[in-house]
Amino acid sequence: MSESLLDLARSIAARAEPGEQVEAYVSRSRDTDVKVFEGAVEEFAVAESAGVGVRVIVDGRLGYAWAGSLDADVVADVLGEARDNARFAAPDEWNGLPTVDDARAIDAVDLELWRDDLMSVPTTDKVALALELERATATRDARVRGVESAHYGDAAVESAVASSLGVESSARRTICSCSVSALAGEGEGTRTGYGFSAGRTLAELEPEIAATDAVDRSVRLLGARPIPSQRLPVVFDPLVTRSLLGILGAALNGEAMVKGRTMFLGREGEEVATPEFTLYDDPTNDLAFGASTHDSEGLPTRKNALILDGQLLQFLQNTYTGRRSGKGSTGSAVRGGYATPPGVGSRALVLLPGEHTPEEILAAVGDALYVQSVSGLHSGTNPVSGDLSLGAEGLLVRGGEFAEPVREVTIASTVPRMLQDVADIGSDLVWLPGGAAGVTLLVGEMAISGV
Amino acid sequence: MAGITEGVIAPDLVERTLATALARGGDFAEVFAEDRQNVTARLDDGRIEELVSGRSRGAGIRVVRGESTGFAHTADLSEAGLRAAAEAAAAASTEAGDPVRVAALSPGPTPAPTATVLPDTVAKDAKVALLMQADVAAREQGGAIRQVSASYADGRRRVLVANSDGVFAEDDQVRTRFMVSCVAEGDTGLHTGTEAPGRTVGFELFDEIEPEAVARVAADRALTLLRARPAPSGRLPVVLKRGAGGVLFHEACGHGLEADLVRRDASVFRGKVGEMVASPLVTVIDDGTMGREWGTFAIDDEGTPARRNVLIEDGVLTEYMWDLVRARAEGRPSSGNGRRETYRHLPMVRMTNTYLQTGGTDPDDIIAGTEYGLYCVALGGGQVNTATGDFVFGVTEAYLIEHGEITEPVRAAQLIGNGSETLRLVDAVGNDFDTWAGTCGKDGQGVPVSSGQPTLRVAELTVGGTAA
Repeated sequence: MSESLLDLARSIAARAEPGEQVEAYVSRSRDTDVKVFEGAVEEFAVAESAGVGVRVIVDGRLGYAWAGSLDADVVADVLGEARDNARFAAPDEWNGLPTVDDARAIDAVDLELWRDDLMSVPTTDKVALALELERATATRDARVRGVESAHYGDAAVESAVASSLGVESSARRTICSCSVSALAGEGEGTRTGYGFSAGRTLAELEPEIAATDAVDRSVRLLGARPIPSQRLPVVFDPLVTRSLLGILGAALNGEAMVKGRTMFLGREGEEVATPEFTLYDDPTNDLAFGASTHDSEGLPTRKNALILDGQLLQFLQNTYTGRRSGKGSTGSAVRGGYATPPGVGSRALVLLPGEHTPEEILAAVGDALYVQSVSGLHSGTNPVSGDLSLGAEGLLVRGGEFAEPVREVTIASTVPRMLQDVADIGSDLVWLPGGAAGVTLLVGEMAISGV
Repeated sequence: MAGITEGVIAPDLVERTLATALARGGDFAEVFAEDRQNVTARLDDGRIEELVSGRSRGAGIRVVRGESTGFAHTADLSEAGLRAAAEAAAAASTEAGDPVRVAALSPGPTPAPTATVLPDTVAKDAKVALLMQADVAAREQGGAIRQVSASYADGRRRVLVANSDGVFAEDDQVRTRFMVSCVAEGDTGLHTGTEAPGRTVGFELFDEIEPEAVARVAADRALTLLRARPAPSGRLPVVLKRGAGGVLFHEACGHGLEADLVRRDASVFRGKVGEMVASPLVTVIDDGTMGREWGTFAIDDEGTPARRNVLIEDGVLTEYMWDLVRARAEGRPSSGNGRRETYRHLPMVRMTNTYLQTGGTDPDDIIAGTEYGLYCVALGGGQVNTATGDFVFGVTEAYLIEHGEITEPVRAAQLIGNGSETLRLVDAVGNDFDTWAGTCGKDGQGVPVSSGQPTLRVAELTVGGTAA
């Protein structure tokens, strides 16, 4: 299947005219989604999608066009449209596709991200898993009055990229997950808790863990209230740390760098974090759900250290930003799908874990706010100024133990300040969907707004 | 018949597809065909960076049996492609039953075109020229403006919806949006200001809005932040300028009034129809027919004509919003709120243009009557947990109110509160009004919506600033 996609991408790239660079990206995915509610299947959706995106560069001018189809006549139109679009863009000396030399400069890792057996799982097993997830969540604790949603989903994605300069790659991966949201308590005292499990095939899922997490996270918040505004150390749950790493990934993006839109502008080589803080983007780790052998321009991926022992080493780069900045590509081109030209992004952010368990961190800090979930990540963080203000819920920590539940407070700081205030990183590293690994994180002090 | 989507899919083929979908039984089947075209042009650093165009067409087919829905979609609109998708949808809905007859399709009226100047009749250079105008205008606002980016986007979406109840409806939805984002640099670092108006119209959008004016708003917003001090923290009166705060009510109460979430017991408004849930000053309306607002359409994505629905009247909860599946299950009509991102998605209950109705107070008097508080002129995105009603909102432009006067600008901060509590705490509603265009992302599906409101005051909200 991937071979035929690669053939199609090659055939488009081969139509490049003299003086023109053409790159074709084609992808196909098969998805299943199951939602159950009150013991019955509410939605069962099956789908196969395919599409093509073509990038044309002529005299430094970039044009891009896409279509949600792989039909031959559509594909020909897309190439023509991308060519036409290039006429309207301004020339940019740094525009250009990666070369074969770029691709050969580093060896691609070998990753097996595809599980054939997912393809042969009967749909009845997928439905049964979702139903079991809902049942386990609903029955685990009497304080759970309902299950807002229980879901199973999987996807098998194949893609290929080929360019007129001879760079090409193809990839395929499977992924599946189940998730559930539990409702505990009544009326305006209702609290919700989320749990999930993810893997590359159904057999790797652990619906029991998802159910337990969802229930525990909802019931432990029952009776939560805002607390008075104050400054406190904050302990982040691994799920929240994962989201915070996403903010760092966006700020350490070469596109943001060449456009001057990042709080880390010009700070390479500086101590931006405490010495214990080491951050990688490592798509070569097959445990990462964002693992990939090649980036979206067909260059081999690599393990990139971004912050090492607190020192800012580098930004992530694709071919364009790598040339414009003079830093070279880090194999970090990403796409949102065939409808967008390659940008720059992280795939598998991971902190170097520390030595202490979450329990040891809580015991050592004594009094703190443990943040179980945050809201407003998108609206509350500014990658340019570094300002950060998030809605939070969780538990007070008193004498190293969980105490009263807390809701409707905000936590605020700036990202650079938080990095300097990181006081401990847990040993509980866990790979999570969403492009990053989670780990318990202790930040020395943040401003909490409540009542 | 089939004027708008002629050539996309033939009516007799639609009928055969519905019959295939119900061949194994079911209460309801639907074909949703869509042909969409999009163009985006981006400017950065004074240069047209890229022009991207794309097209997708396909059909989504669903079969409903009891409370269970089977769904499949295809980009192959041939007879064979549609049959395969219909069979997959039929197989996906649970146990089989007897074949069901499809009602004769009765075409609805062809809606009036939403656009007078279709985007694909406008030369690409005319679109990119707007971006250059915006760039110049933004930079003229001052040397502190370090970067300007701008984008132009248009989209045309032609849809056909036919179902086994005999509905056969079409719509031709054209939307155009213009966005400018500026970065200003000063002693306090880098600050961003953005403005992004959008309407359900074609290129005639630019008869109404000037690219230069959009650019100046974005630039001034960034420049204002240069002199902003940290936002206060704690519970404060918050005055929301007209247009700026509608999105807060979209999040804080709109989602909780969606019938699918109510059914799941994931709404604080469940079982509260007829009860006082808000201040008597509050009337909330969702209106898919409203002018050429960003969330306007002729029919929703299930073929139901758009409607104006009063959700809260003088503080009393009057009605939820409904899609076809929830409405059928409860034996009532849809409210025209069944929407989906594309043919690859199942529809669900979604808002359209949601607004809080104009009141009687002069906005200046609202500010003059506020001893100390926050005046919000622009909000960023937000998020709500509908089961608890807890929400957060990013404030992107705000000022302090001191002794009844707007004084200093403050930096970005989060507002946090609870939906039902906030509705009860509205204690002044102005006689002005404006709207704001955005994208609502419920369950990962983005659809265009607008929100609106007069200048109003919430007696108390938690402001998550960084000031000591």
